[in-house]
Amino acid sequence: MTNKSRRTFLKTALAASAAVGTLQSPFVHARQTLKIGYVSPRTGPLAAFSEPDEFTLQQVRKVLAKGLTATNGEQFDIEIIYKDTQSNPNRAAEVTAELILKDGVDLVVACSTPTTTNPVADQCELNGVPCVTNDAPWQPYFFGRGGDPKTGFEWTYHFFWGLEDIIGSYASLWEKIETNKSVGALWPNDEDGLAWGDENRGFPPVLAKKGFQIIDRGRFQVPVNDFSTFISAFREKEVEIITGVITPPDFANFWNQSGQMGFQPKIVTVAKATEFPAAIKAIGDRAEGLTVELMWSPANPFNSSLTGQTARELADEYKATTGIAWTQTLGMKHSLFEVAIDVLKRAGSKEPEVIRDAIASTNLNTVAGSVNFQHGPVPNVAKTPLVTGQWQKRGKELELIIVENSQAPMIPVESELMPMKYS
Amino acid sequence: MIETITQGILLGGLYCIFALGLSLMFGVMRLTNIALGDQIIISGFIAIGIASVLQLNIVLIGLALLPCAYVSGYLFQRAVLNPTLSRDPVPSLVVTFGLSIVIQNVLQELFSANPRSLDSGGLNTQSIDLGGGFVIGVLPLIIFATAIACTFGLQMLFSKTSTGRSFRAVSDDREIAELMGLSAKKVYATATGIAFCLIAIAGLFQSMRTTISPADGPSLLLFAFEAVIIGGMGSFWGTFAGALILGITQQIGFMFDPAWGIWFGHLVFIIILFIKPNGLFPKTKG
Repeated sequence: MTNKSRRTFLKTALAASAAVGTLQSPFVHARQTLKIGYVSPRTGPLAAFSEPDEFTLQQVRKVLAKGLTATNGEQFDIEIIYKDTQSNPNRAAEVTAELILKDGVDLVVACSTPTTTNPVADQCELNGVPCVTNDAPWQPYFFGRGGDPKTGFEWTYHFFWGLEDIIGSYASLWEKIETNKSVGALWPNDEDGLAWGDENRGFPPVLAKKGFQIIDRGRFQVPVNDFSTFISAFREKEVEIITGVITPPDFANFWNQSGQMGFQPKIVTVAKATEFPAAIKAIGDRAEGLTVELMWSPANPFNSSLTGQTARELADEYKATTGIAWTQTLGMKHSLFEVAIDVLKRAGSKEPEVIRDAIASTNLNTVAGSVNFQHGPVPNVAKTPLVTGQWQKRGKELELIIVENSQAPMIPVESELMPMKYS
Repeated sequence: MIETITQGILLGGLYCIFALGLSLMFGVMRLTNIALGDQIIISGFIAIGIASVLQLNIVLIGLALLPCAYVSGYLFQRAVLNPTLSRDPVPSLVVTFGLSIVIQNVLQELFSANPRSLDSGGLNTQSIDLGGGFVIGVLPLIIFATAIACTFGLQMLFSKTSTGRSFRAVSDDREIAELMGLSAKKVYATATGIAFCLIAIAGLFQSMRTTISPADGPSLLLFAFEAVIIGGMGSFWGTFAGALILGITQQIGFMFDPAWGIWFGHLVFIIILFIKPNGLFPKTKG
């Protein structure tokens, strides 16, 4: 027990007697273990999100090698149990139930798309186990689980940006260079496509207000093996901006066919397909100039509460350890554990209620931005910043450089937006 | 409209390449290869692997791929599939289904989930201008030409050569063919070897025209399967026609409404199943 915490305990007579009680405890009890269950899509179609998993776990385990000293002075060992969802929501629910019922975890953390966060959080809510998730826009997390903005959830918390951020950021990005304001949309018939293309809550109302004209041919089934009808329609309407939310093979196909058909938009901002360096590498030189939202980048002016590293240092260590370039999810994974460790530190107990209350009162500056569940758009949700970046040549490699920050002015812009180049 | 139909025909060529391997295996041994899509993806990965090690041009990579595919197909049939073949179609279905999952996970373990593509040196964006803004891509055209060549080659192989005769013989009646001195197991293995060559070609093209990742396989199976069913079992020109019908209907659907494209394809598939349960040009009896 440290002097500082002893002083706080001695403030009142009651606390003093409590202190005597805890002083004796090391002789009575063995050190307790707090268990964190970590659910993530390590294999399957979503596996690209989980690329930094091993590195992050290694880093966190190193920090916790000597155990965790809670704010109340108690010492804990921390055990992290890692479960793979195989990118399958049913499997996600199953492994979460296993974590809760078999392993008896005290806290569940999960991340990477609503396919993971929603079934995991639902299981935790059902079983009364505290849960923190990130890396899925908050609307599909909250409304997708039938959340009521008045009451929220009891056990489950989430931090990430929302659709309003991505819509705002994209719209402001497209005003940065001179175009005819004609936007071609590739919004498929899936969760993301439906939310983005929604007449009331998606892109259309915001873009209409800003004077953009949307060429939206409607929701479509994916995968699409031939985009020529889309490209013909876009070319006919003289589309100069392309947006959408489609998978890497669909985008690669669209982009190759655009090349074949001589369709040359000035701005191409397609989410999902162009977020990861590996996908960009597969597209090759023609990926230069593509723009995409950034949930985290090494240019973020934030530090890790766990290791003290800046975002840049975190990315550098990742590169040095794994040999691969940073990806956006690195910061999100790291921040998830930052919040988890901070919560357990403040809770200093295995009581689920105490841990839950500790989550609710979180106010932490993480490497992905500040996390505070008191100020969210709806209960149980905290928002982290979102900017938009562009793949620009830095030396031989393409790097994601921040070009737009209207939704998160604390993150500086690194470069101007360049129109797509065609040779 | 002409542009749409042209693009549909080209798309049909792609589906035909996907479907021929399936058609061949089904025609000779009534075996539905559920792992087809994953085998296409693994071929793509091997092509990318060869390209990154040997720096060959695309044609040479394709040529290097074929003998590997033939040998692995031959061995795979002898070691794995032959023991599952019987009047009951379920064991082979289960084995190829299991193989599909195994391939996905092995690829993921070896290559991670990252999408990759084969650098075709700009071929993927080249096109021929037919005037009036009507352009067709060079790569889709090559795929289409290859589809015709493969279909023609297979049909010739089946009708003109002794190998083809043995294929037809074991397909019509395995017992009688064996009484005549044919080893059905060897014939099957040869057929799968050839089918794997077609699959390898499909993988090569797929990795050039878009990106491939370990989980992409199953979605490729569906259209190949539909093309074979529409065309009729055991007929390669039938498969070719089925693939074109599928490609054109999808493209026309896409032109009216993007939500209709794939759906139109399925609709045609079901209608043909209703009208002609054996497909349009069946050669073998179900």
